[in-house]
Order: sequence, then structure tokens, then C-alpha cells
Amino acid sequence: MSDNIEKVKPEEVESNFLTAKESRAISKENRRITDAIEKQRNRRNVAESEYTTQMKNPENVVEFDDLKTYFYTDIGVVKAVDGVSFNVPMGKTVGVVGESGCGKSVTSLSLMQLVQRPQGQIVGGEIRLNLGDKVYDVAKVPSAEMEKIRGNVVSMIFQEPMTSLNPVFQIGKQINEVIVLHNPGVSNEETKRRTIEILDTVGIADAEGIYTRYPHELSGGMRQRVMIAMALVTNPRLIIADEPTTALDVTIQAQILDLLRTLKDKINASIMLITHDLGVIAEMADYVVVMYSGRIIERGTAQEIFLSPSHPYTVGLMASKPAVNRDVDRLYSIPGTVPNPINMPNHCYFKDRCPRAFDRCEGEYPGEYFISPTHSAACYLYEDMDNAAKTR
Amino acid sequence: MGKFIVRRVFLAIIIIILGAFSVYAVIRLLPTSFIEKIARERATLPGGKSYAEWLKQLNAIYRMDSNVFAGYAGWVTDAIRGNFGDSWVYNIPVTQKFKDVIWYSVALNIVTFFLQTAIAIPLGITAARKQYSKTDYSITVIALAGISLPSFFLATILKFAFSLKLGWFDLYGIVGRNHEFMSSFGKILDMSYHLVLPVITLTMLNIGGLMRFTRTNMLEVLNTDYIRTARAKGLSERVVINRHAFRNTMIPLISYMSYLLPGMFAGSLITETLFRIPGIGYIAYGAMIGGDIPFTMFYSVFLIILTQLSLMIADIMYAVVDPRVRIN
Repeated sequence: MSDNIEKVKPEEVESNFLTAKESRAISKENRRITDAIEKQRNRRNVAESEYTTQMKNPENVVEFDDLKTYFYTDIGVVKAVDGVSFNVPMGKTVGVVGESGCGKSVTSLSLMQLVQRPQGQIVGGEIRLNLGDKVYDVAKVPSAEMEKIRGNVVSMIFQEPMTSLNPVFQIGKQINEVIVLHNPGVSNEETKRRTIEILDTVGIADAEGIYTRYPHELSGGMRQRVMIAMALVTNPRLIIADEPTTALDVTIQAQILDLLRTLKDKINASIMLITHDLGVIAEMADYVVVMYSGRIIERGTAQEIFLSPSHPYTVGLMASKPAVNRDVDRLYSIPGTVPNPINMPNHCYFKDRCPRAFDRCEGEYPGEYFISPTHSAACYLYEDMDNAAKTR
Repeated sequence: MGKFIVRRVFLAIIIIILGAFSVYAVIRLLPTSFIEKIARERATLPGGKSYAEWLKQLNAIYRMDSNVFAGYAGWVTDAIRGNFGDSWVYNIPVTQKFKDVIWYSVALNIVTFFLQTAIAIPLGITAARKQYSKTDYSITVIALAGISLPSFFLATILKFAFSLKLGWFDLYGIVGRNHEFMSSFGKILDMSYHLVLPVITLTMLNIGGLMRFTRTNMLEVLNTDYIRTARAKGLSERVVINRHAFRNTMIPLISYMSYLLPGMFAGSLITETLFRIPGIGYIAYGAMIGGDIPFTMFYSVFLIILTQLSLMIADIMYAVVDPRVRIN
């Protein structure tokens, strides 16, 4: 750390301090940028050709391609998601892992266009969403069109079942709303029948009785089941589960994960599972993406990530997970903290915490190096391996 | 529900009795005494009795020769039978005087209430939706100006601009010069015309508070998880705001607005005085400084009852809009 500081110019050292004048300048500049983006987004009668595109691989439901989602805050631009690329294949579960603030939720919210606007904006890259008969680039889809996709093609299950349901509406009404919205012209009786059926499917015993209950009369596990029912009632192609079990106790966690897995197979949907719980990932995911500071640092199949974690950060994550058959006095924790997301230097963000850092790491941010055709890491340790594979 | 209302009514009656007693005790202890004033006047008349004699006689006539507790008991016994006595200052039955003046104030306040609600709530919602935008800042500045301006200052400026300079409205009063010669519809129009400036004054004063309150609550609701859920369902922004968010914003708004109901009948002393509108605020003020016990008592007890009623209505409304509140 110390020799690091000597290299940078004095004014950069004090970059954490902002004068009122600088802050105003930043705000003004931010407003200029976000206003321009908002203006672009709020245009009426956008031609469909502007946001339709082609999938790289038609077997995928979603392809994130160099996605960049930035937050224009008063103290500078936060690159919450900075060049993230990965695919969600049809009928598979992709786990996105990382610690708090690494951009995993923002990635999923970008796909839903639910990033807090106007501060948060998708500024680059593509999110190709396969609708079956056509492909949309979500980064460019206008708001009105997006409303037809949300809750219909892509649904989302949130972390906090206790606060994610509207307290003043009955459970039945909240689910009916989704059915009516995405199936115009469906009769009231049919809507009610489908709501009760889906409540039954998610394992709520007294579906008819729950229909007229209010959220506060239900337990956390029940509420999460209702959230799942609400997400699945339109048979979406992709379910985003943003830490679906974090707020639940362990016995309920297993039930909810089981439920998600069976229902996913039933309607042949894909799941994008966001979590920091490696146990959940091991149980559910086919593919795993590990994120750190807004970038993907390692990805591969679940087997590869768990059996041969490659990036030093992933190795650290695995070591910090309690295991039954290992005897340790203290649980391992990765030294240091996540770097400040504003004005990130152009070198590996994990370098300062990395036990295996070497002189090559002082260079620019590492590219993606493949260890096997499905397994890659953004770390210079694997540069040679990658080059070897290419020359072979 | 029935049980709750019975208990609430019982509580309200106790509060009304104690509240009325405090008012009565305070008026009796005031240095202003209507009887002493009359006695002093009579004593100066030639050939009459002395001040002490007059005072004794008048005290007996007005039944003020007992202590506070006995006096209050006497007032309550009469009041329960519906007999509120004659106003000392205005010399007609209290209820008669009240009936004559209350409707000016009610008309003034009801129009103000609807106008301020219709303006402040949409403004508050707009400001919350566009937080930190130019719209938000302009609305906030106008609202704060409204809160900060004293009513006499605002009223004076309005009078200066619209009465003196533009000549659109009369400066004072509730009726115009030709009021007596108008048809009954014309009379109503004439009065409404005279209420325009007072209504504008009161509305501008009240908008600020209600708008800030709506904005704060709306912002809080808009940041909740269930609004994110509503958006994730694919609902349009209009439905998210008007159905999902507004229903939740209503909950605190109801308690705020329930306090406005007694205010409607309390009159607005300063504004009514400035525009010389013979509403209840203006008349009650006259009664109070004159030491008019029957009128002041009637007016205060009326307000206490109304406050209790509006609080009960607020409690019941809470249960209507918020399913988490179950009355028992």
C-alpha cells in the first residue's frame, strides 16, 4: 500500500475530499449526462427495429454482453456494473455470487430496467433477451414496452418477503393483478381459479383461505411462497431470484429452494440465482459467475468452481465457508476490504488483498483467461495457461 | 367494533366534562369580568346604588355568586337540558347567535379545505416523484413561502393588489352595497364573491404543510420494497403511484386531515377579522374579551366535542384503509 501512494500525484491522494465547488460541478455534469439518457429513453414511438437484435446462441434466454451500469452520484461516478458478460442458457440455473456491493443485484435490476433512475443508468453494452419469436436488447427497450416484459417474460423474487408485498391489499388481489395485466380479457372467475391454483402449486395448504388474507397475517416462509407464486403465475422464461432465502430460517430455506427447483423444471424456465450463500449455489446452480467490484472475475460450471476454484478471490471465498468435515479453530476471512468504487485504478481490483499477487498484477486490468472451454478467470496467474491452450 | 365505539364514546364523555371544566375555571379566573364592568357603569349613573350593591345584585341575577365548582355544576345541569342561556355580550340566546354566524366560517373553511386538498396532495405527489428536480424545488419553495408568510401580511398584500390596485374585490365585509336589492341567488353569488380573497389567503397558508406532509410520506412509500415488487410485476408507473403507493400514503394523511375537521368550525380568527367577516372566529373572540361566559362555554364545548368526534372518525378510518389495524 505505502509505495503505492508515493507513486500517485498529491492531488489524487486527497481525492476523497471534495470542495463544494467540485461537488456542484459533478452534480451539474451528472445531470447533463442523465438528462440526455432520459431524453433518449422517454422518446415516443420508438421503432421496434431499434431495440431488436439477434442472439449469439439461440439456446440462451439472456446474454449479458459487456453490460455497464453506472450510478451518477454527487461524489462521482460509481461503476456498479462494469463490463459484465455471461449467458443464461434455457432451462438452466446460473448462480451469481459475490459479497455485498459487488454489483450482482444491479446486474439483475438492469435486466428488469428497475435500476434507480435517473441516477442509475445503463450506459453501455447489450442485454439480449430471447422472447422466443424475437430478441430484444433490454438496454434500449423503451419503458412502455418493458412493462410487457416485466413480470411476464422475466419475473423477479426479492430478498425480503416481509416487506415485498403491499400491506394494504389482499394476497389474492396482488396475484390477480399480474394475471389480468399480462392476459387482457381473462374473466374474473378464471383469474381467481388460476390464482388459487398457483397458490396450491407453491405449497400453500389452504389456498382458498389465503386468497382473502393480508400479507401481515402470513409468516415469512408463506410470504416468500406467495412471492414465488406471483413470479411464476405468468410462466416466465426467466426467474431472477435475488437472495430468495437470505431472510428465512434454515429449515424454510431448504423448502423454498426445493420448491424453486421443481417449479422451474415444471414450466421449463431458467433461473438467475443471486446470492452470497455458497451452499445455496452448490445445491441449485448449473453455472456459476463470481463477481467482484462490478466485474466478473471467474465463471464456469458449478463443478469447476467448487472443485477447482481458480481466482484467488474465489479460493478465499471457498476457504471462508464453514465445512462439516474440516477442523478449524477460526473461519478464514479474506484480509482487507472491498475498494472504494469511485475512481477505480486500472489494475486488478483484488490485487491489494491478494495473497498470490506478483509483479505482473501492477499492469492493467487482466482480461479473461480460459482454464477449460467453460471455465475462465480474470487473473494473470492463468495467462500462460490460456496462451498455451491457444497455441496448442 | 361496537365494543370499541362504546368504550371510545365513554372516554370522550369524560374528556368533554373535564375539558369543559378547565375552560369554565379559566374564564372565571380571568381578570376581565362582564359583571364588574356592568356594575361599574351602573354605579356611575346618578342617584343609583353603589358599586358593591350593584355587583351583589348582578352576581345574583347572573348566578355568579357561587364558587367555581357550584357554578360549573349549574352550567352543566342547564347544558344537558339543551339550555345554554343567553349571550351576555350579544344579548340573544347563545345558540341563536351561533347559528347566525357559524355558516360563514363553515363555508369559508370547507371551500378552503377542498381547495387545499385538491392542490396540495397532487403537488406533494409530483414533488416526491420528481425528487430533487426543478419541479420539486419550485413546489417546495412555494410551499415554504406559504407556511412562512403571516396571514395578516399575505391578506394585506392580496388586498393591496386585488382591491386597491386592480379593484376586482371589495376590501372588507361579506356583502356588497346592493346586497338587499338582490335575488336570493344573487345574494349567494355576492357572498361567494366576497369570500374569494379570504379563501385564497387561507388556502395559501395551509397548502404548505399538507404538501410537505404528502411529499415526505410519498417518498417513504416510494422507497419501499413493495413498490419495487409492483414495478417488477410490469405495472405502469401511473398504476404504481395511484394504486399501490397512494393507498399507503393515505394512512398518515388521514390522521393529519382529521385534525382539520374541528378547525373548520373553529373559524379563523385573524383572517375573519382582517376581512371583517362575521364568522365564528371573529364573534367568539369578541365574546371572550368581553367575558361572555355562556357564549365562550358553548363555543369551547362544541369544539371539544367536535375534536373527540374527529379523532374517533380517524380511528375508524385507519381500520378502513390499513388492514393491519384491527379495532378491538
